[in-house]
Amino acid sequence: MTVTAWTAKEVARKVLDRSPLFILDVRNEDAYADWKIEGYTIDYLNVPYFDLLDGVEEIMDKLPKDREILVVCAKVGSSQMVAEMLSDEGLDVAYLEGGMKAWSEYLEPVKIGDLKDGGELYQFVRLGKGCLSYMAISGGEAAIIDATRMTDTFLDFAEEKNAQIKHVFDTHLHADHISGGREIAEATGATYYLPPEDAEEVVFEYAPLENGLEVKIGDTPIAVQALYSPGHTIGSTSFIVDNTYLMTGDILFIDSIGRPDLAGLAEDWVGDLRETLYSRYRELSDELIVLPAHFMIMDELNEDGSVAKKLGELFEDNHGLNVEDEQTFRDMVTKNLPPQPNAYGEIRQTNMGKITPDEESQREMEIGPNRCAVR
Amino acid sequence: MNADKILDAKGLACPMPIVKTRKEMKDMESGQVLEIHATDKGAKADLAAWSKSGGHALLETREEGDVLKFWICKG
Repeated sequence: MTVTAWTAKEVARKVLDRSPLFILDVRNEDAYADWKIEGYTIDYLNVPYFDLLDGVEEIMDKLPKDREILVVCAKVGSSQMVAEMLSDEGLDVAYLEGGMKAWSEYLEPVKIGDLKDGGELYQFVRLGKGCLSYMAISGGEAAIIDATRMTDTFLDFAEEKNAQIKHVFDTHLHADHISGGREIAEATGATYYLPPEDAEEVVFEYAPLENGLEVKIGDTPIAVQALYSPGHTIGSTSFIVDNTYLMTGDILFIDSIGRPDLAGLAEDWVGDLRETLYSRYRELSDELIVLPAHFMIMDELNEDGSVAKKLGELFEDNHGLNVEDEQTFRDMVTKNLPPQPNAYGEIRQTNMGKITPDEESQREMEIGPNRCAVR
Repeated sequence: MNADKILDAKGLACPMPIVKTRKEMKDMESGQVLEIHATDKGAKADLAAWSKSGGHALLETREEGDVLKFWICKG
C-alpha cells in the first residue's frame, strides 16, 4: 500500500481542523514522554523504532484501520523506514517530513483581526513549541513582536503582504527559544528594540524599549505603545496595539502566568510580577484582547487556532490572577516550579549575542516543550 | 577503554547507527565490548535507550569534537 510524506504544515492543518488522526511515534520513550504532537483528536502509540527493526507484526493489531496513520520520529529516517514496513503489511500510512524538528519549527499564521483604520494583525502560532509571534501590518509597513528564529517565515509573509518591516520588538530577553528579532532587523534595516533592563549584557546595538514608547506604522498610523510590566524578567514590557490588543509577552498567558525564575531571580522579581498582574493590568480596559507570547496546552487555543482572550475574562478565569493572599502567590511562583526549559542558559546567551551556535545546535537547544508558565 | 570491535557509523543518519550496531552485536559474544563512532546527535539518547531495552550495558559515552563515541558491552 502507499506511503505519503506529510509536511508539518499539513499536520498543523489536521490538528487545527481537529481531524481524527493516529500517531505512531517511533522516538525513544523519554523523548516521547517529554514532548509530542498535541491535538484533541489524536490517538497515540509510542514504540521506539529500534524495537521494530525485526518487523512490525507485533503492533499491527494496535493500529486502526479506519483512520489516518502518521509515523513520527525525531528527524525523518526512522519514521520513513517504519512507514514502509507498515505499507508492506498492507496499510496506507504517512510519515512526517523533517520529523519533530520540522514540527518544532513550523509557524501557522492566524489572522487576529483588522485594525481600526485599515491594516491587519497576525499571530504566528508555533504549534510544536508553543511560541506566539505577532505582525501588525498597515499601509505597506509592518511591526513584529517576539519573532522566533525562523526568520524566513516573517520576511516572506511581509513580502507577500507588500509590507516593509520597520520595527522589531522583543517583549523581553527570551529564555526558552532563540529570538529572530535581531536577524530580521539586520535583513530589513528595521529598528530592533529590547528592554534595556534585560539587555545589560547584550553585545550588539539595539534601541531601548521603554515605558511609553510609541511607534506608528503605515499612512494611517497604528499606535504600538509600550507598557513596562516587569515580573517574568525585570525588563518585561507589554504592548498595546491600536488601543485594542494587549501583547503580554511571558507575563500573562491564557490559562497561567509567567514564572519569575528563568534569569535566576525569582525572589527579587516576584513582587514585580504581582504588581504587574494585580495592579498595572487592573488599570487597563477589560475589553483589551490579551495576546501572549506562549501557550502551554491545546485548551488555550480558540477554534480558529488563535490564542487570544479578553483581559476581563482572564481576570475571571485565570487562576494566577485570582490569588488574594500575597504570601500564597509568592509561594506559588517560587516553589514547586516546573522544570526549567531545555538549555535556557545557553538560549539567553544566544539572545544576548554572546554565543553564536550553528543552526543545528540552535535546533537542539530548543528541543522540548515550552515551560515558561506557572499554573 | 578496550573494545573487541570498532564500528564506524560516522555520517550516518538515524536509524542507521542503531541498525549497524545491532547487526555487529549479533555476531559478538556476551561480555564483549563494541566501540561505536557516530556523528548523529540523536544516537546519544537512542543508543542508551536501545542498550537498556536490549539488556546491554552502555559503559561509556564520550564526545570528541563532532564525533560521539560509545562503548557497549553485550548482555
